[in-house]
Amino acid sequence: MGFELEGVGLIHDNGFRALGRISLRADRGERVAVIGPSGAGKTSLIRLLGTALRPSEGRLEILDANPWRLSAGALRRLRTRVGTIHQSPPIPPRQRVVTAIHAGRLGRWPAWKGLLSLLYPVDIAGAQATLARFDLADRLFERCDRLSGGQLQRVGIARVLYQQPDLILADEPVSALDPALADAALGELVEESVRRGASLFASLHAVDLALKWFPRIVGLRDGEVAFDLPADRVTEAMLHELYAAEGDTLPVQARDAATCAARARSSCN
Amino acid sequence: MSNRDPAARARLGWTLVALALLWPLLVLAEFRPWALFEPANLRVMGGFLAGFLPPASSPEFLGLLLRATLETIAIATAGIALALWLAAPLAILCARALAVSRIGPGPGRLGGEVVRAGGRAVLAFLRAIPEIVWALMFVRVLGLGPAAGVLALAITYGGMLGKVYTEILESTDTRPARAILEAGGGRFAALAYGLLPNAAQELTSYTVYRWECAVRASVIMGFVGAGGLGQLMDQSMRMLNGGEASTILLVFLALVLFADALSATLRRALA
Repeated sequence: MGFELEGVGLIHDNGFRALGRISLRADRGERVAVIGPSGAGKTSLIRLLGTALRPSEGRLEILDANPWRLSAGALRRLRTRVGTIHQSPPIPPRQRVVTAIHAGRLGRWPAWKGLLSLLYPVDIAGAQATLARFDLADRLFERCDRLSGGQLQRVGIARVLYQQPDLILADEPVSALDPALADAALGELVEESVRRGASLFASLHAVDLALKWFPRIVGLRDGEVAFDLPADRVTEAMLHELYAAEGDTLPVQARDAATCAARARSSCN
Repeated sequence: MSNRDPAARARLGWTLVALALLWPLLVLAEFRPWALFEPANLRVMGGFLAGFLPPASSPEFLGLLLRATLETIAIATAGIALALWLAAPLAILCARALAVSRIGPGPGRLGGEVVRAGGRAVLAFLRAIPEIVWALMFVRVLGLGPAAGVLALAITYGGMLGKVYTEILESTDTRPARAILEAGGGRFAALAYGLLPNAAQELTSYTVYRWECAVRASVIMGFVGAGGLGQLMDQSMRMLNGGEASTILLVFLALVLFADALSATLRRALA
């Protein structure tokens, strides 16, 4: 099992309810996209699954374990198996790309190996191979503040792939990329999930990308699940209702392609 | 009406509170700067300063001065080095940004809070007692000489460095460290990969600044017999030899300028 939520809610310290009682389940190796307007609770949901936040209510299981019942050591081991791609990569600007990639595996490496790697990078080949999947192999020894926003975002994705987690969480992973690169980067994420049997749960702002790459779509609105369907059963009407607060046009990466894709799907039904 | 700054009233209020608090403090501290400019006082100060000229430059004194300067640099450097051994572990222990139990919060949170509060208390104790008091004590135990100064500096400056290191580690961008902790990384990994790249510059320049302060502090401790330039200064002042004192002050100026240049160089290297 990838993860399972049963009646999980999240109320922030200031009393704001970010998530209602959500029930959601994903199998090992399943790929799910979550879409919805801003403020719907996508990031909160991903942070719950990434054990960065503790649910206020309900039952939550990640990779067959309840993280908040585990001992400190077991929780740490569980966390090494969950990789979160943040919307803005949490990478210090002065860090070199190779170091930022290696940081992905710090949970698996013993402390001495992590510190040794600062003296001389211990796995240059591995970091380079991961970067090559995002056309960034030549930036290996560049400092991260020399990269563009899009390049940095791809380094952030590469770092989580280098971590080799069993559950990949992605919070708007391609928001800073142009359509072609966004498509390629999502392709790599999906490929990784398929090859290693890792579950992939990604929030996406672009509906067309979600429909193209993910077999299952969860629509989130006001902290509640609006729909949870196979991608080919998501209709344009559902999407318009989901994004009603944001106007008539759906948020997409490449406008033409998306409308066509959505049209094609609705005519299927 | 609606486009007025809603925070203006609070700002004015706090300014008035600050002034109302400051006034009695100034009275208590007998703050009367105009007294400096009364003719009689000006004459006294003039006489005092005139005694400092010209700076002493006899080869014999310069020889003593060189030795005392090297001793002072050695005291300050050894003191700071020992202080680092105290400060770094305590700062790593106390920095909330490195506490994995705060995420969630997860297991061991209460224990973590207790340990961090304890660490902060130790740091406060170390720096609450002025180095001169430690120096007076160590001089009694170890006898006159630099060793007492080194130990006194190590303890007080360990407390100061530890406190400020903790605060620097918490005031930089803590997201990278948190992301590493959330991916199962340990405390040292989160420090080395998440915090230090951002904080190294600040940490270095504060450490060099503290070295500069240690040079000055070693002078005060020299007055109680802890060696170095202070001891030399004490002797010159006792003999009312202003010329020697002013040469010693010129050495201080040079040391401070050196610390400045060192700090700037290191900051550039870490930029």
